[in-house]
Amino acid sequence: MKGLSVSKAVTALMLAGLVLLPLYSSLSGNIFILTLFTRIVILALAAASLNLIMGFGGMMSFGHAAYLGIGGYAVGMLAQEGVGSGFVQFPVALAASAIYALVIGALSLRTRGVYFIMITLAFAQMAYYVASGLARYGGDDGLTVYKRSDFSGLINLSNRTQFYYLCLACLFGVIFLIWRIVNSRFGLVVQGLRSNEQRMQAIGFPAKRYQLVCFVISGTMCGLAGALLANNTDFVSPAVMYWTRSGDLMVMVILGGMGTLFGPVMGAVVYLLLEEFLSQITEYWALIMGPLLLLIVLFGRGGIMGLLGRIGRG
Amino acid sequence: MAEPLLRVEKLVRRFGGIVATDHVSLDVAAGELHAIIGPNGAGKTTLISQLTGHLAPHSGSVSLGGRDITYLPAYRRCALGLARSFQITSLLLDFTAADNVALAAQAHAGTSFRFFANARKEKGLRDAAYAALDRVGLAHRADVQVSKLSHGERRQIELAVALASKPKLLLLDEPMAGLGVTESQGMVKLLQELRKEVSIVLVEHDMPAVFALADRISVLVYGRVIASGDPDVIRANEDVKRAYLGDQHVVTHHG
Repeated sequence: MKGLSVSKAVTALMLAGLVLLPLYSSLSGNIFILTLFTRIVILALAAASLNLIMGFGGMMSFGHAAYLGIGGYAVGMLAQEGVGSGFVQFPVALAASAIYALVIGALSLRTRGVYFIMITLAFAQMAYYVASGLARYGGDDGLTVYKRSDFSGLINLSNRTQFYYLCLACLFGVIFLIWRIVNSRFGLVVQGLRSNEQRMQAIGFPAKRYQLVCFVISGTMCGLAGALLANNTDFVSPAVMYWTRSGDLMVMVILGGMGTLFGPVMGAVVYLLLEEFLSQITEYWALIMGPLLLLIVLFGRGGIMGLLGRIGRG
Repeated sequence: MAEPLLRVEKLVRRFGGIVATDHVSLDVAAGELHAIIGPNGAGKTTLISQLTGHLAPHSGSVSLGGRDITYLPAYRRCALGLARSFQITSLLLDFTAADNVALAAQAHAGTSFRFFANARKEKGLRDAAYAALDRVGLAHRADVQVSKLSHGERRQIELAVALASKPKLLLLDEPMAGLGVTESQGMVKLLQELRKEVSIVLVEHDMPAVFALADRISVLVYGRVIASGDPDVIRANEDVKRAYLGDQHVVTHHG
């Protein structure tokens, strides 16, 4: 019981920190930290969506960054074509991600294990090359988003604080949804399939149908992260879909704790802060980061959340 | 005679050159406990897998309650009232016993495309799960994670899971496998109770148990049914005795 409370306490502390961050930023005049954390929150959202299929569903997707690109390009391309309204851009971003997930999922879920990892990776790389070929939208160089999504006065995305809170609200909203989903009938079936697919088939559940729906929900959520990310950087390029970015998302999930509600958020915060500060100390930061991640994965089974749980138990 | 609950006709399944199921035909009447016995490698599990839909036959047919199910996938057969237990325990290890059973109940209680309400708080499903666990004598272990339960207890949960789907026909693949003497006796007692409610196809190595329980027995050797009939007929059958040379005394002296 005490183990639960330690990880809960740390989680609560982290969430409170995220909520109060703009206050600290304005009091200390440190604008940089707000920009940094906006990015962290958006990628935490992406990691949380990946965790839904990877942690809870047991589907090791190695192509999740594709949705960051799809959501981002939806915003960027519409903005370029003169459609600046967020009420159009965001639904289109989500719908495009959902459709991509539906097609990719239907094909990928025919396979299992390593093949599933490879095929999701292959599709994401295809998306990367397609984006690189979009000459009208910047091709390799990417596409500048000159104007952030316009929500007609409801919320101003160019205001740093307002934008940060929008991202944070999206993150909390998505985590709330995931929480409901994993405890619902649907969620239990998906987790059952992760645990023992043969058994689930034998008691009457067609595996693929449930996994595909889960895959689409996850992809749609990540598309939201993509739309926010394009607004955050005022830019979208094929690089956001590159396989290393998919790898980053996987690392965040594993680092924080697969199959836990707040693990991916924890993972994103720790991973991106480490990256930020280590890269300030030395340009060889990856040399420190690598072994550090290795240690956590080797000795902290269940990631940071698992580690905290064990500290609590003593 | 009324239409049998399960009818298997001339089922054939080959693995390369080996005919694992060789024109097997058998009927299981409603309310019957039909045992399938045979030496190791006789093709018992291959046969069961074709009945459950995990393996497709090369020819022949399987029908349940008059409906042809030969090529239906496993989950559809389950919906028609066919439940199975696995020879090697196959449960959701990281779930509690109650969750395992409740999921089986859920599969037969409306759609599972519900995303918001907490399924663990659905009274109907929980009640069904506890009832099934109670039926196999495990109600007190309901909230324990399956990975922490003993082998014997897991065998019992296998049964509870099968029961929770309210099947017409229960396919039990060696329910006594790996059980100790007392546990086996408990299982026989339990099956004696269950057979009053549901038709059962029992694949089992434990001869005393088979002869104590079965209404009819089919003997499978090298993929063929060499004899089929009530226990006394099987006991007296010369072919069966020959097939079971080493176990002959078991066949003749028990039951």
